[in-house]
Amino acid sequence: MLKLTAYSNPIHVRPGESVQFKVSCDGLAAYNAQIVRIVCGDTSPEGPGYREIPVPAKVNRRYEGRFQPIHAGSHGEVPANPALDGLASFTVQAFIWPTTPKKGLQGIVSCCSEDGLTGFALVIDDTGALALRLGTGRGSRLVSTGRPLQERRWYLVSASYDARTRRATVAQAYQGRLARRYSAAITTRLREPYAPAEGRPLAMAGIATAAGADRLIVGNHYNGKIDRPRLANRALSEPEIRALCDGIPSALADAVVGAWDFARDIGSEDLSDISATGLQGVTVNLPAGAMTGANWTGEVMDWRVRPEEWGAIHFHDDDLYDAGWQTDFTWTIPGNLRSGVYAARLRSGAHEEYVPFAVGPEPGREAKIAFLMPTASYLAYANEHIATDGIATELTCNFATVADPWSVYLAEHREYGQSMYDLHSDGSGVCYSSRLRPVLNMRPKRESVLGGIGPSRLWQFNADTHILDWLEAKRHRYDVITDEELHERGLDLLSPYRVVVTGTHPEYWSTRMWDALEAWKHSGGRLMYLGGNGFYWRVAYHPALPGVIELRRNEGGIRAWTAQPGEYHHSFDGLYGGLWLNNGRAPQKFVGIGMCTQGFDISSYYRRKPDSHKPKVRFIFEGVGKDELIGDFGLVGGGAAGLELDRVEPALGSPAHLHWLASSEGHTDAYQLTVEELPETYPGLGGEEQGSVRADMVFFETENGGAVFSVGSMTWAGSLSHEGYDNNVSRITNNVLRRFLDPRRF
Amino acid sequence: MEYLYNYRIKPEDIAYAEEFRRKPVGHHSPGLQRVLNRLHGMPLAGKPILVCTKPHREWTLALLSGVQGVPPKLVPGKTYRSLHDGLWDIFRTRWKMVTGEDLEQALARHKKTSRRVA
Repeated sequence: MLKLTAYSNPIHVRPGESVQFKVSCDGLAAYNAQIVRIVCGDTSPEGPGYREIPVPAKVNRRYEGRFQPIHAGSHGEVPANPALDGLASFTVQAFIWPTTPKKGLQGIVSCCSEDGLTGFALVIDDTGALALRLGTGRGSRLVSTGRPLQERRWYLVSASYDARTRRATVAQAYQGRLARRYSAAITTRLREPYAPAEGRPLAMAGIATAAGADRLIVGNHYNGKIDRPRLANRALSEPEIRALCDGIPSALADAVVGAWDFARDIGSEDLSDISATGLQGVTVNLPAGAMTGANWTGEVMDWRVRPEEWGAIHFHDDDLYDAGWQTDFTWTIPGNLRSGVYAARLRSGAHEEYVPFAVGPEPGREAKIAFLMPTASYLAYANEHIATDGIATELTCNFATVADPWSVYLAEHREYGQSMYDLHSDGSGVCYSSRLRPVLNMRPKRESVLGGIGPSRLWQFNADTHILDWLEAKRHRYDVITDEELHERGLDLLSPYRVVVTGTHPEYWSTRMWDALEAWKHSGGRLMYLGGNGFYWRVAYHPALPGVIELRRNEGGIRAWTAQPGEYHHSFDGLYGGLWLNNGRAPQKFVGIGMCTQGFDISSYYRRKPDSHKPKVRFIFEGVGKDELIGDFGLVGGGAAGLELDRVEPALGSPAHLHWLASSEGHTDAYQLTVEELPETYPGLGGEEQGSVRADMVFFETENGGAVFSVGSMTWAGSLSHEGYDNNVSRITNNVLRRFLDPRRF
Repeated sequence: MEYLYNYRIKPEDIAYAEEFRRKPVGHHSPGLQRVLNRLHGMPLAGKPILVCTKPHREWTLALLSGVQGVPPKLVPGKTYRSLHDGLWDIFRTRWKMVTGEDLEQALARHKKTSRRVA
């Protein structure tokens, strides 16, 4: 299996800037690096041919291999502090909403030595019950309530130890009706006295096991929510514990060592201690924030209105933000390097890895065409487990799963983190995705379970190289820019360009990306949307942390999971997430068409509509016959209209002045209408019967001489190279591109 | 995990196996689609799938675990030179799992009966 994996930081650079490569070798002594420019990543014998161009660089050489581990799992860390030392008596408490109580030992709040012989750990024990582990110097004692916790229910859990009486009390108080049935408490006297820890950090949602070279290693990760954890320097009574939940009463001020209010730091990695001690902490690996707390009333849905009701963090044992690998080599982009998609190709014997990144142009030397590499959408799919985990995968493909070696590897190596199409190990949806880890499906040469049937089962990054390959074949000079850069720089990034060409599946858009493209479009920019299901989900980039996006899969939309009620607003920027459609910005308003169906078996063709014969749009169809079927050939699914499709819908905002040029037809029943199209259910929603299951090709003008051309299909690009690039898909694309480059008005 | 579809494959559905063999992917008759929904909606644990073991030229049968963190297990010796062959073998294997019946025998029987009727 994969022995060589790597990632870069960043993934978009300009001449003069540097990119770092971080490599892990599993049992390989050395590897060779070679910088290449990727032209076509498709290895299919029926395709245009795999093509990469070696680039001379000082970093092209042999490197020693080393293994770099990934420590997945999120937790909270409060660094060692004298205030945490020598707590002979104490109380620890929190509200918890455990999602996998039966998983085995899980730390909730702990401050103990690596061997557990000193200090305490409030845990869920092997029986699923709340327990307190107390170190006694020579051993440890586990005091358990003995009553398993219910999954996904709120409890106020607490544990205290009184040094004078040697009494330990552990209590789980169920929050809700029938509280007596699910609550439990136990008090017991220790034969040997408790031995507090010295110089140890406090961990939340795990137990610190060892200090690594540059990080604390935490194990026994807890799955579920924690809300309002507190630590006191004496054994509190039950009324005192309850009183401490909502704040710090003056009578208890002296007793409180730490009281963390997660609602204060929604969207950041900070954990604020509201007590006088000021034991500030941080989260590691981005557990989910802005989660409803035990006190959520349901009266308000936006955490920004009453943050105090969103004081929970949902921790997962498989969260991953930053793999934190050491850099193996750094490449500074030479000034004369042309813009393009590049990669560090790493090889060791038969093992090979590619680390792609975009090189933008030197400012002031831009081409007229920009290919906007949809890196936000790549992140949404990063390391997806659709082939091996998806219960509905085959139903959407309508043929048996064809998995690829990288997905088999990821099925085992969960530490590489998840995509936004996956569920965490506790069944909750993955709402963050980062590029600071090897993203094994953002690679040339890789195929995908969602790539349909046909010579090239391509998806996302690799499918997008069909567009690069065509631009090269047609000798168009182009730059490569990325979503991430668009989010950072906004309209300025786009201003030099006359034409922006999208990827095959630009599905995920941040608000700033959207606003920038919208402004550019109406300032005379000309957009070629050469994909399907674009502009569908709203995402948020983190305002400070690099390379990570957030998504809430709210009501509506084809979604791998559904956000919980009250959790529809991003933690990163507070905005209501979900479909752009439900945020008043249907894709139809933006590009004339919007997502209506998906299916992952065979693709089809387009047939021209009457609008296509109007003089205004005659330029698009030059060299294309009146009755010619468009794209009844292609590498992905065998046709130009396939995988995910968009259609015209005036009710959702398709401009009245758009020209409806062509529509696809003849799709299979793998293609069903999207759920947001369905106010009611009824038979016959598939491609065999439904007229609305189709891709629409449209053209319309925007302000100041701008324009939009949209194809509404993910497989359009897979048809470009057919018959030596001499075919009607290629011809239409080239007609549009050439005319779009011409500054004259339409 | 349960089957996603309740439909039970019936003896007369054997005709759809022939249809599948001719065209495993694409437009299907409603009858074949119903059979395929049952097979595609099998529980993940033990579900046979294909893994591409040599790009564009070799596929190997594998069984899903249905458990996060446990990868699909390749079945040694069950490799195919075409995707079509692999999909047919998957169909046969699942048919047996779902109906308890050997598909080749059922097809042979069906052929004989159809000839007699003809």
